[in-house]
Amino acid sequence: MNTAMITFNKNTVLALAKDGKRFDGRKFNEFRGPIEIQSSISKSAEGSVKVRIGETVVIAGVKLSLEKPYPDTPDQGGLMINAELTPLSSSRYESGPPGMHAIELARVTDRGIRESHVIDTKKLCMAKNEKAWFVMVDIVSVNDAGNLFDASGLAVMSALRNTKFPALNEDGNVDYKKHTDESLPIAKDTLSITVFRVGGNLLVDPTVEEEDASDARLTISSDATGVIAAMQKGGEGTFTIDEVMKAVDLGLETANFLRGKLQ
Amino acid sequence: MAYTKRLDGRKVNELREMSAKVGVVPNADGSAEFRTGKTWAIAAVYGPREVLPRFMANPKKGFVRCQYTMMPFSGTGERIRPGRSRRAQEIGMVMDKALEPVVDLTAFPNSVVDIFVELPQTDAGTRCAAITAASMALADAGIPMRDMVCSVSVGTVDGTVVADLTYDEEAYDAPVSDIPVAMTARTKEITLLQMDGHVKKEELNKALELAKEVMGKVYEVQKKALKAKFMEVSQ
Repeated sequence: MNTAMITFNKNTVLALAKDGKRFDGRKFNEFRGPIEIQSSISKSAEGSVKVRIGETVVIAGVKLSLEKPYPDTPDQGGLMINAELTPLSSSRYESGPPGMHAIELARVTDRGIRESHVIDTKKLCMAKNEKAWFVMVDIVSVNDAGNLFDASGLAVMSALRNTKFPALNEDGNVDYKKHTDESLPIAKDTLSITVFRVGGNLLVDPTVEEEDASDARLTISSDATGVIAAMQKGGEGTFTIDEVMKAVDLGLETANFLRGKLQ
Repeated sequence: MAYTKRLDGRKVNELREMSAKVGVVPNADGSAEFRTGKTWAIAAVYGPREVLPRFMANPKKGFVRCQYTMMPFSGTGERIRPGRSRRAQEIGMVMDKALEPVVDLTAFPNSVVDIFVELPQTDAGTRCAAITAASMALADAGIPMRDMVCSVSVGTVDGTVVADLTYDEEAYDAPVSDIPVAMTARTKEITLLQMDGHVKKEELNKALELAKEVMGKVYEVQKKALKAKFMEVSQ
């Protein structure tokens, strides 16, 4: 589909929203297609994936390392999620250290995975106080055509599921050239859905134009049982309690849809 | 023992399996990806656009600004910390010099053409893959160019001159040299030349001749990918 012929902007989006319409004809709870998850795209990572939602593309990669556990959690490994909003992926992003948007994206994605205990970090510990696996996930944007939050959440969950532990050599150090068949101890599939309010309507999977026209958003991370593990409100607008509950309904419903895409 | 058989079984002048695709980043003005073996580079061109900071603008001619980034999980060992390393900054700079000779800079005074290259997976030859992808992305963006730039690394492994070295060859336990070369496709002028390791004058001469010989294969892959995109558009 070629939408480049007509210029859509914030005003067009808002005018259509009044009539309950989206400019690409989707329903409010409808994701763009295609939704594609391509696994093991980078052999240098322990786990990797390329996720496409419509024209939005992100790559996520997992590296594992053996480290000393933190003093306050001596019997656990750890998890870290980082996001790079590359200038390759949009003219809106600049080179340099992560800006506020990238930090928020990484932290919101991190909280969803961490708080729902997707990974049993105790199972990552090899020797108390001495050695544990640390899981580092990097999200890299390739084309930002909107909804990086949900694309990133889907990419991180898929990349974790794609991860295999590297082998250890005789002296106990990591041999990154060899991988075992062992997967990460993954307990559940937690995904985030971000509900945007555009012209008074609540909708999911916005394009960049819809993001620009939105005045408030709510990200909801949930597992298959419908338990919410993390939330984040964004945007300058306010929500009523009623709107929050509607957004949660929409978030849980579409999370299940997206979970069906996981391999 | 001399290096008579390559670790991955290739002939000395044989490149790894290559593939390319143009138009992989819809947001960009031009984009392309290039793969050789396990090395994979994605390039996006934005511009010509306004120069920021402003004092860098030149009213007589524009310039090309490359940024080279290995994704944090793309190395062979531990995670690479994000952020501009000295290595990445230098590669960005030599990429500028490798591409500028073919770009008509006078066509966009006061402006910059930004080229961003991201590598999701690497196995040596990354700057060459980056330049090869960037050249396609420039063409895809419609930047006025007088030629394409192709790039491949050549070198010696224990006295044997070979093309398109892998990490394992670069790390071979014998004197090794790695010589990344970029050339203009038609006129075969050298626009990038670096070298590190251990090489004799005669070997260098042979290596550069080999680079010239195999460069056409890279160009074929570039041409095919560019044609494929524009065939698609015309249909």
